[in-house]
Amino acid sequence: MDNLIALLIAAPLLGAAVLLCGGRRLDKIGHWLGTLLAASSFVIGLVLFADMLGRSADDRAMYQHLFSWIPVGGFQADIAFQLDQLSMTFVLLITGVGTLIHVYSIGYMEHDERRRRFFGYLNLFVAAMLLLVLADNYLLLYFGWEGVGLASYLLIGFWQHKPSAATAAKKAFLVNRVGDIGLSIAIMLMFTTFGTFAFGPVLESAGETSEGKLTAIGLMLLLAACGKSAQVPLQSWLGDAMEGPTPVSALIHAATMVTAGVYLIVRSADIFNAAPDAQLVVTVVGAVTLLFGAIVGCAKDDIKKALAGSTMSQIGYMILAAGLGPIGYAFAIMHLVTHGFFKAGLFLGAGSVMHGMNDEVDMRKYGGLRKYMPVTFVTFGLGYLAIIGFPGLSGFFSKDKIIEAAFAKGGTEGWILGAVTLLGAAITAYYMTRVMLMTFFGEKRWQPDAEGREPHPHESPKSMTIPMVLLAFGSVFAGGVFGIGDRFVTWLEPVTAFEHGHPPISAGAITSATVAVMVIGVGIAYLQYGRRPVPVVAPRGSLLTRAARRDLLQDDFNHAVFVTGGTHLTRSLVYVDHSLVDGVVNGTAAGVGGLSGRLRKLQNGYVRSYAVSMFGGTAVLIAATLLMRAV
Amino acid sequence: MNPVNYLYLAALLFTIGAVGVLIRRNAIVVFMCVELMLNACNLAFVTFSRMHGNLDGQIVAFFTMVVAAAEVVVGLAIIVSVFRSRHSASVDDAGLMKL
Repeated sequence: MDNLIALLIAAPLLGAAVLLCGGRRLDKIGHWLGTLLAASSFVIGLVLFADMLGRSADDRAMYQHLFSWIPVGGFQADIAFQLDQLSMTFVLLITGVGTLIHVYSIGYMEHDERRRRFFGYLNLFVAAMLLLVLADNYLLLYFGWEGVGLASYLLIGFWQHKPSAATAAKKAFLVNRVGDIGLSIAIMLMFTTFGTFAFGPVLESAGETSEGKLTAIGLMLLLAACGKSAQVPLQSWLGDAMEGPTPVSALIHAATMVTAGVYLIVRSADIFNAAPDAQLVVTVVGAVTLLFGAIVGCAKDDIKKALAGSTMSQIGYMILAAGLGPIGYAFAIMHLVTHGFFKAGLFLGAGSVMHGMNDEVDMRKYGGLRKYMPVTFVTFGLGYLAIIGFPGLSGFFSKDKIIEAAFAKGGTEGWILGAVTLLGAAITAYYMTRVMLMTFFGEKRWQPDAEGREPHPHESPKSMTIPMVLLAFGSVFAGGVFGIGDRFVTWLEPVTAFEHGHPPISAGAITSATVAVMVIGVGIAYLQYGRRPVPVVAPRGSLLTRAARRDLLQDDFNHAVFVTGGTHLTRSLVYVDHSLVDGVVNGTAAGVGGLSGRLRKLQNGYVRSYAVSMFGGTAVLIAATLLMRAV
Repeated sequence: MNPVNYLYLAALLFTIGAVGVLIRRNAIVVFMCVELMLNACNLAFVTFSRMHGNLDGQIVAFFTMVVAAAEVVVGLAIIVSVFRSRHSASVDDAGLMKL
């Protein structure tokens, strides 16, 4: 059974290789092949899952050693896989949601002549992501980490003829590089500290290492997580990444790849447990991003960018929970899974709306679509209820647990984190209600586009609606299945140790508070966007609104600090290079040249003057010899 | 007679030869001064041989004579051919190889 693990990765990898190398003759069947291989990976995942459930909780991890990758003396890197409960959760999420999105893409990309290539990239992504979560050492994880980065780059820039998409792809790649440097430094630190980077030995001996080193490793891992998961300060790429096709936004930039940072932190739990300072920074990053993303999401009129802000904010919740230690790890992963369902569903819904509206993304030009797209409306609506934490749906179970855990952190920190998560829940309810009302309610505001085509909103084909329906099922029931009776926590407990947090106020009070702030958020949004007509042209808005529309000035900040600062830095370095470094080199050359110019005057062609130097030299030598002898 | 006097003579001859090499321009005279220096050395060798009571210095003197004879052959040939091509025996005129 263990030998099946490699097949999980092999299937989509084969798909990527065949589709990308196969050429045009595969255009007709490429999408079916890609979908089939993703689905077969999901089936293998299910088989392994069933096998895993059949064994006792402590005996569930499976290992497969494929071959020795880089054996150099004490440096041993293996291609080896580890499939434990945590990896299993991810495998099912990646292959399950991945397969649904493959199916969706068949319809969504129907008119794109490069559809085969698109499916090749999607398969490549699935393979790389599976490698990331199945690796049994950090180096192989890094390999997968870079692989998903590559797939993300290729897919964001899939419509490369649009300059905005090409730029967004480059931006995502570059910002991710910053985080990747963090991961590579963390791996180097691990190697110098532990002499290995396999999960087992590193995590087991984490407790016996000095806290300073663990804090350094933890912070570097956090930097990596910030890059991949779009957390402050490396968040700026996610909004632009929405230039990619919508299925890509759903799969990579909502459900799976962006949660790799959470996986990394939870996987490295033992390191973070022994480094409280690093954990504190993790929670702070999570809390800041949670509010940051939520505020950005409130101001965007582009439906995908509003959802991107929401993704950032929800991952902020997960990172925050992961920073809380054993009281939060399981809930971080649980929210990750439920978020995978409802956010993928929401993105697919947004894609369906765009599909019916001539690819219009401005929500101010939607309105009243519920009558034209009933299936999209219902599935999107269920996803909406799930994300705002409507009691009984999946977001409610997972988010409520995170809020409880935040309060249970204890002390002033606990109160602050709890308040931030509650505030985040209120803002989430606000911006999601805004999206919902602007898109599906009110009167229709659509206009002919630049080419004079009147949009004819219509329901999307079956290949698109069926994945949306299935994801909507997940959005509704996943939370209950996981949350009731602590099933999910029990399942993950052998991997990520679990402690029950004890919030200073009763769990019931926190739940009521969560529901109350949600109702307030929904209410405010209803007053603003439900009772009054939505203007087609965005009003100027307050200072905060305008800042939020510009992503809270993140690009301006990056430009001012890193671009301008970097330019100044390089200019001054060029100056130093020209004046100091070149000065030394050129000065040496000029000095030698001048000296030799003088020395060559000695070559005057008079034999007698050469004889004088010979005699003089001999005299000096004899004198020196005699002197030495006398001394 | 004190053999050291021969050494003084050798030093004097050597100095005369050296000064001649340095200050004269005529290649033939310079050449003769070189011979003078060589023979000053020979005289010193023979004197030392006498002072130390072994024959090493005398043998070296013979070697020197042979070398000097060979040098005369080569050197005079060079001087003659330089004189033929440049119509001058001045060493200062043969400065073609200066920079």
